[in-house]
Amino acid sequence: MPIDYLPILVMVVVVVAFAAIALTLSSLTGPRHPTAAKLEPYESGMPPFGSARRRISIKYYLTAVLFILFDIEIIFFYPWAVLFRQLKLFGLVEMGVFVLILLIGYVYVWRKGGFNWD
Amino acid sequence: MIPLQFYLIVAAILFCLGLFGALARRNAVAILMGIELMLNAVNINLVAFWRYVKPAAPTMDLAGQIFALFVVTLAAAEAAIGLALIIAIYRSRDTVNVEDVDLMKW
Amino acid sequence: MPILVPDINLRIIAPALIVTVTAIVVLLGELVTPAERKRWLGYLSIAGLVVAAFAAFSLWGANASGFSGMVVADNFGLFLTLTIALSAALSILLSIPFIHAHEIDQGEYYVLLLASVAGMIVMATATDLIVIFLGLELLSLPLYILAAFQREDTRSLEAGIKYFLLGAFSSAFFLYGIALVFGATGTTNLAKIAASLAQSAGSPMLSIGVGLLMVGFAFKVALVPFHWWTPDVYDGAPTTVTAFMSVAVKAAAFGAFFRTFQFALPALALDWRAVAAVLAVLTMTLGNVAALLQSNVKRMLAYSSIAHAGYILIALVAMSANGLSSALFYLLAYTVTNLGAFGAVIALSDGARERLEIKDFAGAAREHPLVALALTICLLSLAGFPPFAGFVGKFLIFGAAVETGWAWLAVIGVLNSLVSVYFYLRPVVQMYMSEPAEGWSGIRVAPLVALALLIAVISVIALGVFPAPAIALAAGGLIR
Repeated sequence: MPIDYLPILVMVVVVVAFAAIALTLSSLTGPRHPTAAKLEPYESGMPPFGSARRRISIKYYLTAVLFILFDIEIIFFYPWAVLFRQLKLFGLVEMGVFVLILLIGYVYVWRKGGFNWD
Repeated sequence: MIPLQFYLIVAAILFCLGLFGALARRNAVAILMGIELMLNAVNINLVAFWRYVKPAAPTMDLAGQIFALFVVTLAAAEAAIGLALIIAIYRSRDTVNVEDVDLMKW
Repeated sequence: MPILVPDINLRIIAPALIVTVTAIVVLLGELVTPAERKRWLGYLSIAGLVVAAFAAFSLWGANASGFSGMVVADNFGLFLTLTIALSAALSILLSIPFIHAHEIDQGEYYVLLLASVAGMIVMATATDLIVIFLGLELLSLPLYILAAFQREDTRSLEAGIKYFLLGAFSSAFFLYGIALVFGATGTTNLAKIAASLAQSAGSPMLSIGVGLLMVGFAFKVALVPFHWWTPDVYDGAPTTVTAFMSVAVKAAAFGAFFRTFQFALPALALDWRAVAAVLAVLTMTLGNVAALLQSNVKRMLAYSSIAHAGYILIALVAMSANGLSSALFYLLAYTVTNLGAFGAVIALSDGARERLEIKDFAGAAREHPLVALALTICLLSLAGFPPFAGFVGKFLIFGAAVETGWAWLAVIGVLNSLVSVYFYLRPVVQMYMSEPAEGWSGIRVAPLVALALLIAVISVIALGVFPAPAIALAAGGLIR
């Protein structure tokens, strides 16, 4: 029945209205006292050095992408670590297979020269 | 305890913000960031549902949490591929603006 | 804290495992293979696919599920697995000479293709929304790269980035849909979702979730109005990649689409069947009308693939056992037919210079009578002429729709097929009726392309003349 979908319509209207109102209000009423320190880019608490707009070698992107991949895949160690006593040998073997596949990827990148800076 | 609805509303707002970013921005990197925001909004939903929908046995059935982990890793893989494609197109066209990437009509 | 370890049943995921291991071996092989022997990596990939197909065949009728009901080896999934393996093997046959001519013959091409196949098999045999999503991503991510594989060609890069941005965008919607369904039913397992919905009424949250799931699937199989990425991506991507993704992605995504909607969400059928029927009409009509206006064969086949997605969607609307088996048969028929058509287009290209405009085909019948005949057969099959595979597929799908009271939908489908005859025959007319264009002389069809073309055309005719065995196999493919 179409009437059953009324709550959906209401929700859509509310969501859109909320987003519009929140954005408008904050831009209209919010105080603006820009200081040099506030306008500095946030660097996770480190004092920034130099301008963020200087050019970075495009080679850095490859390193960054590889870092993302190998860094994030390690997340699967977390559930394994929580349960590793319970999973016994089976869990160890499974994790070994997982690490082996990651290692093959690592070997591939290495042999293809992904780690060469020059 | 904070009601489930609050989490869902935060997630919905976050999803809409990401959606807005993905639709309104013309810079491919910014679109990618919008998409990542949408995925993270879903993660909030997944974990909130996991905690609230079956509070009796949340430790037995970890589906919601594990799903969130999968989403995180897939988002990383997606970001890596996206950045690689953006770099490749920047090298050949000197732009990351999707409106300039228009050899073929959309 | 006790945790249930899922029942590990490696046998039922053997096809996907074999493909994955082949991909890893080919990746390592790429490191040690000299440039002039790269084609052996292609042969190795085909061997892996053949072994995977045998593994799938040995599981026929097993109807086993494993990993806490997350994956299943039922005949529906296995039929799709075989279809996907066949399409991948034929695509690789076409690819080996193609990527050599375009100087992109790297082992990574096969690795990405195999990874995508593994994702497709996972998606087709998954019975849990988490696993379906994993399969969807695993099939999509390599395809984004494959679409952009001709790095020197900006059109290919453009196809890759467009496919990526829209694909990633649509997976976010799909994922949000899964999260809402999970919230509404407390589970991601398809069987448990069905059980939960059988007891309790739906909620608005569930409806939104189901709607978003449909949007996600609609993006992947290119249903109107979520199709606008298709022509650009299919046009810009390397022709062999276009051939592969136009058929295999459809097989995998439609598999999960049917499983999710027909099996897990029959409780909401009243709502989603109406939506699907509207989408089917829009998709068929817009796909065929837009195809009429194209002068480029790749773009024409792209719009044609949109139209075919519309026909298959009719089978979902029918929501019956016959609808399911007719969709399976149609996907197989479409796979061999479309690969044959793309194979003929590749066979008519001159080294790295491809003939993609319809007017380029002028006089091809005089220079290459056999290739022209193959292309004609495949185009006639796409249009739905008897005695070819496409006719039987359409006949079964429209029949299933009529049986379940959706006769008007079948009528629109038939009218659309009539419209499509016009644009499918245009290249044929060019080939047979026009004077030969310049530059036909001295073009040799690569033996592997000829082999793939032969297999495809024989299948098109065989499925059209003796459809009974394949229909019987498809009919056994009920979802458990």
